[in-house]
Amino acid sequence: MHPAYSMIIFTVLSGLGYGLAVVLGLGGLEPSLPSTVLAHILALVLIAAGLIASLFHLGNPQRAWRALSQWRSSWLSREGVMALGTFVPLTLNAGLLLFTGQSEPILGYIGAAGAMLTVFCTSMIYTSLKGIDAWHSALTPACFLLLSLTGGVLLAACFAPGTRLLAGAGLLLLLGAMASKLAWRRRMLRNQPLSTPESATGLGGIGRVRLFERPHTLDNYLTREMGYRVARKHSAKLWAIALVCAFLLPAALLLLSLALGGLPLRSVLVFAVLSHSVGVLVERWLFFAEARHAVMNYY
Amino acid sequence: MTSLPQDRGTTSLGLVIDLDVCVGCHACVVSCKEWNTGGYGSALSDQHPYGDDVSGTFLNRIHSYEVVPEGGEVIGEAGQARIVHFPKSCLHCEDAPCVTVCPTGASYKRASDGIVLVDETKCIGCGLCAWSCAYGAREMDLAAGVMKKCTLCVDRIYNEALQEEDRVPSCVRTCPANARHFGDLGDPRSEVSIMVAERGGYDLMPEQGTRPTNKYLPPRPRISLADQQPAMPLAENTEGARGFFAWLDKTLDRI
Ligand code: SF4
Ligand code: SF4
Ligand code: SF4
Repeated sequence: MHPAYSMIIFTVLSGLGYGLAVVLGLGGLEPSLPSTVLAHILALVLIAAGLIASLFHLGNPQRAWRALSQWRSSWLSREGVMALGTFVPLTLNAGLLLFTGQSEPILGYIGAAGAMLTVFCTSMIYTSLKGIDAWHSALTPACFLLLSLTGGVLLAACFAPGTRLLAGAGLLLLLGAMASKLAWRRRMLRNQPLSTPESATGLGGIGRVRLFERPHTLDNYLTREMGYRVARKHSAKLWAIALVCAFLLPAALLLLSLALGGLPLRSVLVFAVLSHSVGVLVERWLFFAEARHAVMNYY
Repeated sequence: MTSLPQDRGTTSLGLVIDLDVCVGCHACVVSCKEWNTGGYGSALSDQHPYGDDVSGTFLNRIHSYEVVPEGGEVIGEAGQARIVHFPKSCLHCEDAPCVTVCPTGASYKRASDGIVLVDETKCIGCGLCAWSCAYGAREMDLAAGVMKKCTLCVDRIYNEALQEEDRVPSCVRTCPANARHFGDLGDPRSEVSIMVAERGGYDLMPEQGTRPTNKYLPPRPRISLADQQPAMPLAENTEGARGFFAWLDKTLDRI
């Protein structure tokens, strides 16, 4: 699949924002600290920036409101509804904290649940597509949710340096997210494709099917959108980069942070978030670029 | 509403494509584009039509495949490799994933005849329906930013302004080899259903669970040239000669 930057940026930024919103909603940061207000605002900014990036993906963004109508059948519509709905408790709580100095725990819980549900809906858009074997797995939502939470906890840790609870949670989540992503990738590489050129053409009864001539000599929408190929040697390298940046380095930095204090502690935590984000960007790029669409059985 | 219709009647209009007959001339591709660029919805745009990197929106495309039986050879007449031309347009699936994934309600399946259409005034061009179609039957028009797909020529088949014989899809009307047939596949007595039953018509990628309406008729078994050849070349065979020719044959043989 074509790795569209709008989609990659959207899923990574909003994933971080929603993860942070969960930590805030569950009271992971001390509300009385001024930095916590900043964290609330940062979560909203990340989510909003992600959603705006996603609009760049549309052919007719001026009609985007229509996407809220089909929540009964469409995960994309559900995602839109959840994303907008979740803004309400998140914004209310940020406002309350800013103006009254106190947030409302109930709103926090609702916001946290909404945040996770929104990420779940996003992941289900991909998971529900049967024609893309790599995505059509329960491991896909697991990876999205764990990565979002991990990013959120790492980000929250920057606002409360030295909190052992957050560092511990971060380490556990890093482990969990890495395990689920490893399992996801293992499955993708080993999985037998559901459809083949033989089943796609129905000519398997005669023999092996090989494309002799394309419909057109040059690319078309389908080959550009679904036919993206990344060289195996590159994908292996990128995957190694993703593993190190997204999981291993942040885990090492978190461990290191337990032994530090003051400015070094802060910079180590910020560096962990940056590294993790870069890793997740690479991971998300691969998520699209490596996924093979059933339509390519015709090409 | 992009949930699939609950009150679907029995009518399922669709195409039956005969892979034995298709000669891969692309006439249906051209006629489909010609009819549909001026008909239903926005035009089917081309990008850089006179440049190096030509591309455009099509609702119907022809692929050509080489099919090699086990142990068969690819080269020349000696082996059994064969070329199959393969027209592909929307299959108007009964369980169409392209309909249910659509967030806007633009994609829908008609309850009355099963045709899958896009209401372009609602489409936001998110492209998710094209991702969901395993058959590659949907293409985003890059100029209009909306999704295009085969309409089963809905603006022809019910069009009373046209002559009776023209009230079939443009591709069907055009095919010089008569490889494309249109009819009601929900009616077991329709011509297309009988054709499917007799020729063993099949679904593409049944494992995707989409239950396509369109059916494909398999190429008939090929008789290899070697098997067809009479023992003696026809021009050498004089067995059937009678009367004067029989005498001439014998006399000439003796000389
Ligand atoms: S062929 Fe593709 S576009 Fe047509 S109905 Fe089936 S899934 Fe939808
Ligand atoms: S591209 Fe248009 S028709 Fe397709 S899913 Fe998106 S809104 Fe629906
Ligand atoms: S039925 Fe009409 S729209 Fe569909 S492929 Fe044929 S000509 Fe094109």
